[in-house]
Amino acid sequence: MAKRIDVSDLDIYYGNFKAVEGVNISIEPRSITALIGPSGCGKSTFLRSLNRMHEVIPGARVEGKVVIDGQDLYGAGVDPVDVRRQIGMVFQRPNPFPTMSIYDNVVAGVRLNSTKMKKSAMDDLVERSLKGANLWNEVKDRLNRPGSGLSGGQQQRLCIARAIAVEPEVLLMDEPCSALDPISTLAIEDLMTELKERFTIVIVTHNMQQAARVSTSTGFFNLNGVGQPGRLIEFNPTEKIFSNPEEKATEDYISGRFG
Amino acid sequence: MTATKAPTEPPAQRTVRRPGDRIFAGAARGSGIFILLVLAGVAAFLISEAIPALTAASSEIPDGKGLGPYIGPLVLGTLLGAVIALLVATPLAVGIALFITYYAPRRIAATMGYVIDLLAAIPSVVYGFWGLAVLAPKLVPFHAWAADHLGFLPFFAGPASASGRTMLTVGIVLGVMILPIISAISREVFSQAPALHREAALALGATRWEMIKMAVLPYGKSGVIAGSMLGLGRALGETMAVAIILSGGAGATVNLISNSNPSTIASNIALRFPEATGIGVNTLIASGLALFLITLAVNMLARWIVNRRADFSGAN
Ligand SMILES: Nc1ncnc2c1ncn2[C@@H]1O[C@H](COP(=O)(O)OP(=O)(O)OP(=O)(O)O)[C@@H](O)[C@H]1O
Ligand SMILES: [Mg+2]
Repeated sequence: MAKRIDVSDLDIYYGNFKAVEGVNISIEPRSITALIGPSGCGKSTFLRSLNRMHEVIPGARVEGKVVIDGQDLYGAGVDPVDVRRQIGMVFQRPNPFPTMSIYDNVVAGVRLNSTKMKKSAMDDLVERSLKGANLWNEVKDRLNRPGSGLSGGQQQRLCIARAIAVEPEVLLMDEPCSALDPISTLAIEDLMTELKERFTIVIVTHNMQQAARVSTSTGFFNLNGVGQPGRLIEFNPTEKIFSNPEEKATEDYISGRFG
Repeated sequence: MTATKAPTEPPAQRTVRRPGDRIFAGAARGSGIFILLVLAGVAAFLISEAIPALTAASSEIPDGKGLGPYIGPLVLGTLLGAVIALLVATPLAVGIALFITYYAPRRIAATMGYVIDLLAAIPSVVYGFWGLAVLAPKLVPFHAWAADHLGFLPFFAGPASASGRTMLTVGIVLGVMILPIISAISREVFSQAPALHREAALALGATRWEMIKMAVLPYGKSGVIAGSMLGLGRALGETMAVAIILSGGAGATVNLISNSNPSTIASNIALRFPEATGIGVNTLIASGLALFLITLAVNMLARWIVNRRADFSGAN
């Protein structure tokens, strides 16, 4: 059910502050797109505009178009709640619901969709999602314990399980591995490669090797100075970005000659 | 969940205590001991003064029927009024707190916050007169309606009071009185529900109400309980408002809408104490001891409820 995303002339604001300017990008279905760039250049802001999480912040707004398979997300009459049900998100800091068990965390999104489900179907879904997130073996004996009792890496995989349990069309991930050890990171990267078969994935990362390892395309964001809006400088297949980038700024950044 | 910085210094071999630290520790320990002493003093006073009433013959107790029959209806009246107050105030307070924190535009929310806080600043005598002069007459039709339609419940057995000076009215007045306490504390905890979890819910496609159910209410639950218990404490001990509204003094009955109502412990003490002599004083103090124990039990119950699911509370 993966879908393509077309963004045109997107400006993103926090109140009067323009954080991101003039983004044009086309993201292919069943691909992994990595967004890289220096801190504060608007990667998270852009990512959050793709599932209308940006406007949750008071005063935050967006101008421009985000079209997913022909449907404009910001069109009149589009309910952000429906958008978010189709486009899952994994945050930088693991955020399982602390008052819910591991089991309830996984099905939290499914319960929202209000389709009544048999207990057995629910159990299957939990097992499938946790296996999909590479967590099943570690938690299968304590599904009724609170999710907050897991390690950071386990919590992050629980959040991934929660996001994929609702079978979203697109999965957005904001630095999902920044708090994880190399082994959990590799586990999540393998997971992304598997999930790519079914979902369109957009991931923000500061880890160049990670971008090079997992992504099919890479977008480089940069900003000209403090207080200036961030811009998408270059968007190309990952191989090209890392071997022969079009822009000097991209080359400087990935080769560490930044700033 | 925030990453705590690792201590930068190696653990000292011999701990050096700075004077500021020592002074603060001493002051804190002193305050702790002081509050325990005050509590012990009050409890000792209540118990020692209550003993004569506990050991006296039933005929010596005012009304001549013994201590149990004297205090029993008062305990019942106290609990009835307080429970009604809680039933009225808690849902309303939670609703107000949610509205202020998550629904109202910012300016309206701030104003409403002040208005609610103002409710807490009104002295209880004023509530008493308001209950007597305004609310009681207004509630008379409801009393009649309840007697007609809900009469099968012992609470509404009737006959309906024509003055409205009933346990039901008292309970509602007490509810309004404790509303600001509960809503202030609920508002505080609701507004602290972590953005991390609120955003997690929204990103899953939760509506605002679903977000509140998933990420705000579970987080704020123990705060709401704590607020309710504070309110309950106030309702249990409220004296003036009850003394003004209720004609009291009837025996034990759970009928909330008739003219004969049990009094409450606190208002009974206030009304009777000036004329009490001898064993009568001890009896009143014994009823005070009962109130003390009820309040203690309520607080312990609240603590138990709050701690019961501590590992699911989000505090870890
Ligand atoms: N809630 C907010 N309110 C106002 N300004 C914000 C808010 N969040 C981010 N910004 C601003 O928007 C700009 C882009 O921030 P953003 O978080 O998108 O950067 P980023 O590229 O994700 O950085 P990092 O790599 O450090 O996560 C920054 O200038 C930041 O200060
Ligand atoms: Mg970011």
